[in-house]
Amino acid sequence: MIVRISGEDQYRLADEDCARLNELEGAVVAIVEGGSEDGFDEAFHALLDYVRAQGTPIGDEEIETSDVILPPADVSFQEAAGEFTGEGLIPD
Amino acid sequence: MAGLTGRMSTVVKAKVSKLLDRAEDPAETLDYSYQKQVEQLQNVKKGIADVVTAKKRLQMQETSLQQSVVKLDTQARQALSGGNEELARTALERKNVAQTELQGLDTQVTELEDQQQKLTDSEQKLRAKIEAFRTKKEVIKAQYSAAEAQVRISEAATGVGEQMADVGLAMQRAVDKTENMKARADAVSELEAAGTFDDITQLGGGEDDIDRQLKQLSSQPAVDDELAKMKSELGPGSAAGAAQIAAGDAAAPVDGAGPAPAGSGAGESGQQ
Repeated sequence: MIVRISGEDQYRLADEDCARLNELEGAVVAIVEGGSEDGFDEAFHALLDYVRAQGTPIGDEEIETSDVILPPADVSFQEAAGEFTGEGLIPD
Repeated sequence: MAGLTGRMSTVVKAKVSKLLDRAEDPAETLDYSYQKQVEQLQNVKKGIADVVTAKKRLQMQETSLQQSVVKLDTQARQALSGGNEELARTALERKNVAQTELQGLDTQVTELEDQQQKLTDSEQKLRAKIEAFRTKKEVIKAQYSAAEAQVRISEAATGVGEQMADVGLAMQRAVDKTENMKARADAVSELEAAGTFDDITQLGGGEDDIDRQLKQLSSQPAVDDELAKMKSELGPGSAAGAAQIAAGDAAAPVDGAGPAPAGSGAGESGQQ
């Protein structure tokens, strides 16, 4: 599976890492849906750190499409919440 | 994957495929994609230049505010040793405002440097992908049938398109940040235009509107503390200091032109 961290790199992750990735993402989603900022930074960075640690970076000259795109590391809680309700990080 | 990442992935893919849908046959997709990629690279360069310009503007303001801080500090000392505590307080209040603005600018310059670095990195990645695409399209042209070429070109173009969308997002965030910073830069310009950081010795004795506003802006305890510190540095018996200044009034090295602060302190209200 190929995962992009927006503003950084694309990483290739083994299929068996997907379950853990899903868990970590689920934790972030739960916090955002809860509406309280508490623990957001920690949970979101745990998700990014997992991708950086488990994944192999894809070279700049390799052209691959990502299966999953994660928001940039400096995303704010409000921006993340906007992903659900508003027009998201990438308006038209 | 649902939620946060799912939504971002979907939006990026929709944008990329919208871009590709405009072209119909493989050759066109290929040329159109490559042309778009090169265009986007130019936009990124322009975006970086804009960030650099915004940063330079803030840095110039920083330099000018630093000079104001030094000047106002010197003038506060001169006023105090001249026995004019009110003028010293006014100078310190203005210095305090200048310092607060300076701190804000400093944070923003650092943030802009960060943005600049990220955009430069993104530009390099995009450039590498576009170069890879250029090589790949020649291979595809030479080796595949029209139908298969269409599929492979779409794949490659989507990959590059994703990188473009990512650079686009980084650019948009940088632009948003510089817009926010413009507000502070403008506020500093307004304070400067209003003469806030001008030569304090040009002021009359009366409190004008700017002063009243500045008193609210500046942190009073900080000003009190600094004034007390300055007093203790100058030593007890500022009356002696006042006499000294009065004696050497003409030679006193007051910054800038104009009348020196009234050394006796008594002439202050009389000047109005």
